Amino acid sequence: MSESAIALAHQFEDLEQQHRAGWLGMWIFLATEVMFFGGMFAGYALYRTLYPAAFAEGSRQLEIAWGATNTLVLICSSLTMAMAVHQAEVGRRGRLIGYLVGTMALGVMFLGIKGIEYAHKFEHHLVPGSGFEFPAPFARNAQIFFSFYFAMTGMHALHMLVGLGLLTALLIRAWQNEFTPGHHAAVEITGLYWHFVDIVWIFLFPLLYLIERHR
Amino acid sequence: MSTPAATRKHYLNADFSLKSWLLTTDHKRIALLYLFSVLVFFSLGAVFAAIMRLNLLTPQGDLVQAETYNKLFTMHGLIMIFFFLIPSIPAVLGNFLIPIMIGARDVAFPRLNLASWYIFVLGGLFTISAALSGGVDTGWTFYTPFSSIYSTSHVALTVAGIFVVGFSSILTGLNFMVTIHTMRAPGMTWFRMPLFIWSMYATSLIFILGTPVLAISLVLIGVERLLHLGIFDPRLGGDPLLFQHLFWFYSHPAVYVMILPGMGVVSEIIPCFARKKIFGYHFIAFSSLAIAVIGFLVWGHHMFVSGQSVYAGMAFSALSFLVAVPSAIKVFNWTATLYGGAVSFDTPMLYAFGFIGLFTIGGLTGLFLATLGMDIHVHDTYFVIAHFHYIMVGSAVMGFLGGLHYWWPKITGKMYPEAWGRVAALIGFIGFNLTFFPQFILGYLGMPRRYHMYPPEFQTLNVLSTAGASILGVGYLLPLLYLLWSLRYAPAAGANPWGATGLEWQTPSPPPTENFEQVPVVGEEPYTYPTMEAEVV
Amino acid sequence: MWRDLPLFPPQASTFAVREDALFFYLVAVTVVFVALIFGLILYFAIRYRRRTPEQRARHVPEPMGLEIAWSVIPFGFMVVMFVWGAWLFFYAYNPPAGGIEIAVVAKQWMWKVQHPEGRREINQLHIPVGVPVKLTMTSEDVIHSFFVPAFRIKRDVLPGRYTSIWFDATQIGSYHLFCAQYCGTQHAGMTGEVVVMSQPDYERWLQGGGADTTAPAAAGEALFRGLGCASCHAADRPGQAPSLAGVFGRPVQLSGGKTVTADEAYVRESILTPQAKLVAGYGPIMPTFKGLLTEEQLLDLIAYIKSLQPPAGPQAKP
Repeated sequence: MSESAIALAHQFEDLEQQHRAGWLGMWIFLATEVMFFGGMFAGYALYRTLYPAAFAEGSRQLEIAWGATNTLVLICSSLTMAMAVHQAEVGRRGRLIGYLVGTMALGVMFLGIKGIEYAHKFEHHLVPGSGFEFPAPFARNAQIFFSFYFAMTGMHALHMLVGLGLLTALLIRAWQNEFTPGHHAAVEITGLYWHFVDIVWIFLFPLLYLIERHR
Repeated sequence: MSTPAATRKHYLNADFSLKSWLLTTDHKRIALLYLFSVLVFFSLGAVFAAIMRLNLLTPQGDLVQAETYNKLFTMHGLIMIFFFLIPSIPAVLGNFLIPIMIGARDVAFPRLNLASWYIFVLGGLFTISAALSGGVDTGWTFYTPFSSIYSTSHVALTVAGIFVVGFSSILTGLNFMVTIHTMRAPGMTWFRMPLFIWSMYATSLIFILGTPVLAISLVLIGVERLLHLGIFDPRLGGDPLLFQHLFWFYSHPAVYVMILPGMGVVSEIIPCFARKKIFGYHFIAFSSLAIAVIGFLVWGHHMFVSGQSVYAGMAFSALSFLVAVPSAIKVFNWTATLYGGAVSFDTPMLYAFGFIGLFTIGGLTGLFLATLGMDIHVHDTYFVIAHFHYIMVGSAVMGFLGGLHYWWPKITGKMYPEAWGRVAALIGFIGFNLTFFPQFILGYLGMPRRYHMYPPEFQTLNVLSTAGASILGVGYLLPLLYLLWSLRYAPAAGANPWGATGLEWQTPSPPPTENFEQVPVVGEEPYTYPTMEAEVV
Repeated sequence: MWRDLPLFPPQASTFAVREDALFFYLVAVTVVFVALIFGLILYFAIRYRRRTPEQRARHVPEPMGLEIAWSVIPFGFMVVMFVWGAWLFFYAYNPPAGGIEIAVVAKQWMWKVQHPEGRREINQLHIPVGVPVKLTMTSEDVIHSFFVPAFRIKRDVLPGRYTSIWFDATQIGSYHLFCAQYCGTQHAGMTGEVVVMSQPDYERWLQGGGADTTAPAAAGEALFRGLGCASCHAADRPGQAPSLAGVFGRPVQLSGGKTVTADEAYVRESILTPQAKLVAGYGPIMPTFKGLLTEEQLLDLIAYIKSLQPPAGPQAKP
């Protein structure tokens, strides 16, 4: 019997049970994340309904080019992540590592672009707090828009950082040849997390950047 | 089974070093780490309660200053809810028993389990440091805009602590759900699981779906406080009511977290001490799930007089009555189990009786609060305080104590002194009712919550309540003393001192580190006690 | 004898009578079920107690009908509770027409009361017996709650919004007023009394009060002119700003096509954030008065606008 590089943890009966537990654990964790972000989406929905004009004005200040680029970047990173999982399934260590690196690079690029956007907001006095400036009559409620912008994209960025950490761990393990076609659960499960973070952005982008852009 | 515990290797004597305890991944040891921590927090919360009740002996309420009193009731609530009630049964009894009851060696993610305990302790340290540096005075409910703008106390540090401890719940819930789904022994189908497992599963559902919303509510308060964003500030276009919705969306299901595990304990104790199959197993199992699910839909009943729409109020009221039905079903099924049984009055059974009785009163008074027109008068009065203490102290704490006594021999290998157990249970029951029943009357009279002083005509009832509290305190002190005593001086307990069914009783007391020598195979329904009719045949 | 140990609050309003009836129903159901459960447990525990260590239980069938019965019957009691409670809730929050309207402003830690005839009070509310009284309330800072146990009424008082409550006092006397929503250090001290007087006594009381008894509508008129509102909202210059004559309580067409009723909340919002609900046909040129007016002044302005009669004759147009 070929030696599996992945050890069976002592509490499980067999690798199949271990794999199932890992999957279910990640899905449940993602459910908690949905509830976490959901609270912010609920607050956003409430205030957008109350102050539609101010939200539209605030949204207009966001840099749609960067936002759209970031959306593309993340979608590509989900592609490279899916490719990485596939490479793990067929046992191609070299390409697995390549795709993992590619995913991480795209993730870093996403965060870099976010950093640029945040810096611009700071320059234009659009960061909520005492330095916030916005043309009347929307100043008061646009601040709420930007509060949600920073809270939601900030939380998202934090999750991206965690994702990068997970990918780093995967990279190290892949380098040490831990994954085989039969046993690469960690790659799949991390992929699940990464796709989820991508999906959150797919919701954030139109809700924040594209309010009334058709006008 | 014939090997004396002193020479046999089990989870307690496997390694005595401090490191083996602090770095353990054994769910049984983690349960004991939690037991120690929650008892520390319970004592702290109890001390705060004692000072509050002493202050309320006189109408002027000048034992402590107003601001101190406000901090005391806030800290009492936060500590008791987040650091005692929510973790107590799940993290102590749940951690210890879930793997054993389903025939597994440990939980699905043992290292995550240990991490959950450390996260719990970290959150506790944040909150204690907030207390030590002056405390927080917003009430455990943190209503805005008082908490986000006006309070000058340590709100940010405290919400950080609660935020952190929330992750302990989330990860524990995740661990339990995966364990129950994937690690049941061969033959243990869902409907052969003990009812304690059903109630822990329902509790875990609430942990994972509700706690994240609390997390975000707390983050928003912290952010509002530090950056003055205006999310809850009406002067900046914010809505203070949004906070109440977000807060109660978690905090109402949280109260079901605090009672479902106790219900699970009662469902284990009653069949054992009536020596009879539980009546209505499926109904009790499904009611646990129903309570968890419907419990997510009733949060607005905390906001009937808050300025919420009248129609929303009606919807929440109707759903609140709906969620009472599964609880009633449980009470009737437990009672029916006694019919035709062979009932004994050991300490765990006394606690179970206490639970059922006090839960009935607490639950029925909840209906007063669910009734829209009635709530107008009693909302935010001592009536509410009495209601929730009947559930949380009268039921949940009794459930915890009952479970602790029932499984004490399994956990420690020692039997507690039965006579003292019964005395303490009785003293607790009497002390509890004397403390909290007068508060129903005070509430209807109109004494509001969170008052350090009150009109003189309320004094007699307050004095009665404080007197009861001192008796209740004795009822809690006694078990602490004799349970500790039993560790050293009590006789060893066998594998199954109660003659109960369940996998946990098929393994030695205390259990070996891997729980079972061989993976058990389950072939029968739970609670199959032999009946008289079987004897005749 | 019961002065030092009251067990039931005084019943001093029309609502209190109805509330207590529902209360007694709830108590009765509670007592019945508590007695039933306690009684059954006690009876079964004793009747079926274990007499010998080897004693076994009987086999007991589990009829589905029983489960259904003890689910449906309690639910039936609860349906009564729900319907009765909902009906009572509507009664509590739907003030009858007519009656006296009084403004209340709450702040840490006092109640400020303004009678429409001019008298002001702090931590006291004088009202006549037998006349419906409607309170319009707001807070200057945090959430408070106006609670009179003897009337069985309670309503949260919010900053940035108006909430209202009404009652019809039935007994002359003095009753506790409590703040029932924790609001900071002196929350327990934010108490007062509601003094219910006979109608002639109340009329006489209204006449008293000393120097500062300008009726809110008059104070509001002074503000209206002093702040320059009159220069745009003049009846003879309809192009610049809508005329306010008779606008209160009437529907107003907004620029988005929606129609709203010009109630207290609408007037307050129009003063503080004029562009939030623009009247159809007018531009967003009204400046905001946020930060320039206290809550009492806002209430005075509302009282003034309420008092404006619609212009007489066929050219009357909102």
